[in-house]
Amino acid sequence: MSTAVTRITAAAIAAGLALTLAACGGDQTPSGGTTSDGGGEPTGAATEGGGSLTGTVAADGSSTVAPLTSAAATAFRDVEPGVNVTVATSGTGGGFKVFCAGETDISDASRPIKDEEAQACADAGVEFTEIVIANDGLSVVVNPANDWAQCLTVEQLNTMWAPEAEGTITSWNQIDPSFPDVPLDLYGAGTDSGTFDYFTGEINGEEGATRADYTPSEDDNVTVQGVAGSEGGVGYFGLSYYEENSDVLKLVDIDGGEGCVTPSRETVQDGTYTPLGRPLFIYVNNAKYSDNPAVQAFIDFYLENEATIAEEALVIDLTDEQATTARTELDSLKG
Amino acid sequence: MSSSIARTAGRVTGRPSGGASSAPAGARILRSSTRRGESAALAALRLAALLSVAITVGIVVSLLIPALDFFREVPLGEFLTGTRWTPRFADASYGVLPLVTATAWATLIALAVAVPFGIGAAIYLSEYAPTRVRTTLKPILELLAGVPTVVFGYFALLWVTPLLRDTLGITLKPFNLLSAGLVMGAMIIPTVASISEDAMSAVPGELRQGSAALGANRMQTSLRVVVPAAFSGIVAAIVLGISRAVGETMIVTIAGGQQAQMVRSPGQGGATMTAFIANAALGDSRVGSLEYNTLYAVGLLLFALTLVVNLVAIQLVRRFRQEY
Repeated sequence: MSTAVTRITAAAIAAGLALTLAACGGDQTPSGGTTSDGGGEPTGAATEGGGSLTGTVAADGSSTVAPLTSAAATAFRDVEPGVNVTVATSGTGGGFKVFCAGETDISDASRPIKDEEAQACADAGVEFTEIVIANDGLSVVVNPANDWAQCLTVEQLNTMWAPEAEGTITSWNQIDPSFPDVPLDLYGAGTDSGTFDYFTGEINGEEGATRADYTPSEDDNVTVQGVAGSEGGVGYFGLSYYEENSDVLKLVDIDGGEGCVTPSRETVQDGTYTPLGRPLFIYVNNAKYSDNPAVQAFIDFYLENEATIAEEALVIDLTDEQATTARTELDSLKG
Repeated sequence: MSSSIARTAGRVTGRPSGGASSAPAGARILRSSTRRGESAALAALRLAALLSVAITVGIVVSLLIPALDFFREVPLGEFLTGTRWTPRFADASYGVLPLVTATAWATLIALAVAVPFGIGAAIYLSEYAPTRVRTTLKPILELLAGVPTVVFGYFALLWVTPLLRDTLGITLKPFNLLSAGLVMGAMIIPTVASISEDAMSAVPGELRQGSAALGANRMQTSLRVVVPAAFSGIVAAIVLGISRAVGETMIVTIAGGQQAQMVRSPGQGGATMTAFIANAALGDSRVGSLEYNTLYAVGLLLFALTLVVNLVAIQLVRRFRQEY
């Protein structure tokens, strides 16, 4: 929150957002608006008057980032009711596909853009800017009755999830001889999700490399249900899903080579929770940002309020350094 | 248009020689008429009949084309006999048997519930229940068929599975085909019961009276006279139940599990053909890719299976048909 407070240029934004977050979607007055009142940005978004913008902003991409963009969109509606922000969830890869075709203004991404995706953008003449908008941690969860797996190393996770494990690694005591002989019951992300790419890349060394005899789902609640209902259950998803379900699941510490680290806001933010802590991105279409006041106003608003939005979307906000970098990148687009 | 039909019908019945009961004569009169409204009505009716045929043909064609693409890359034998189904993973295999075993288990469990309870309910409603009970009970039973399947799905996942596991002590995975199948069976009961009851009610009362005259009691009459006489209708009811079970998607997707594995016991979870299609269609497979075409291959197999079930049923219905 503190990072955002220093950055906010119009008190009305905070007021509007606070109202939205507080509860009702009632009839808020859009009176204040976003007019630059001097503040930190002399040349900023001064051209557009508060509440007077119209147009649409299209975002698509990762289902992990979508809750953030949606929260931003909801709050933004109170500031600029004339701007319609749509947030679709085609997955990070699917989002880049339409983004590089110029169909969307913002692409939500839970991983950096791949070379071939960037090439597709370049081929289509779409220039973009990568903005780190929040930090996220993947959590490995087990059943509360599991009293043996307090901390797992990346090697143990690899033993559990490697492609070679399919059909052969079926019991916990194959992961570590000190673990009991309880059948492994694996749940994880579906193959289209950024979470899947991220987990398999970090744990198995290659994106998409995984054993296939587990329950894959695009719906993290399937993992919650499965792990909560099975003594030998183990699954992975975003840390926020753990926090929502901490009563039925148990969090596992991860040893990335430098001792066991409990995933938390601090350990993800300061980068000690490795390798399963990660930044979340939005990709901004440069031309749309410069030329479309609605897009510009929305993205500026999004970044200004990232801490509050991150809190609402159950991810971790930016460090001061990350926020400053993002602000600088966007300012350079305004020309 | 409708008024012109009514007028025509009135004219037909008004004729002393025609007779309203003679349908072919009526049809001939309609056809020979040259009035414009009538030919338009006829065209509209013909269009309505053709439309359903056209839609079916369209579905088959749209299934076939991507499925043929699929079978160009994956041999039919491998598809039908393979036991590893991982089309969406880097190390892809295209053996559909895991999906088939899951569908088979779910369907068998559902039928084990729906057939006895459905036919039992039909016998009670048709042979035992007083008219007053029947007229209240049957609509209530049919209400069960109106419950959205997503509700049944969560009912199976969040209520039936814990009940079976914690209260009855059955070893179950959190996602399993047993509770999905049981709940699916409950969902199908009204279908089986309602159609069977219609068939039994249509059995002429003379048969029951004849049976009673020979000294049979009510139970003997029901089981040995009415049920055999209504057999073709009961078969039709069961077949409709099978088709619904095979094609049911939401319950098995929610409660049955999404892991494609060879299902050897109902306590396991497994992805049925429909659950796979529902899940794969959620992701973003590239149009025309092999992964995308698997959807159509599985869809075609599903279509073929229900077609076979229906063809067998038509034969059964024909063979046991009783005309009174």
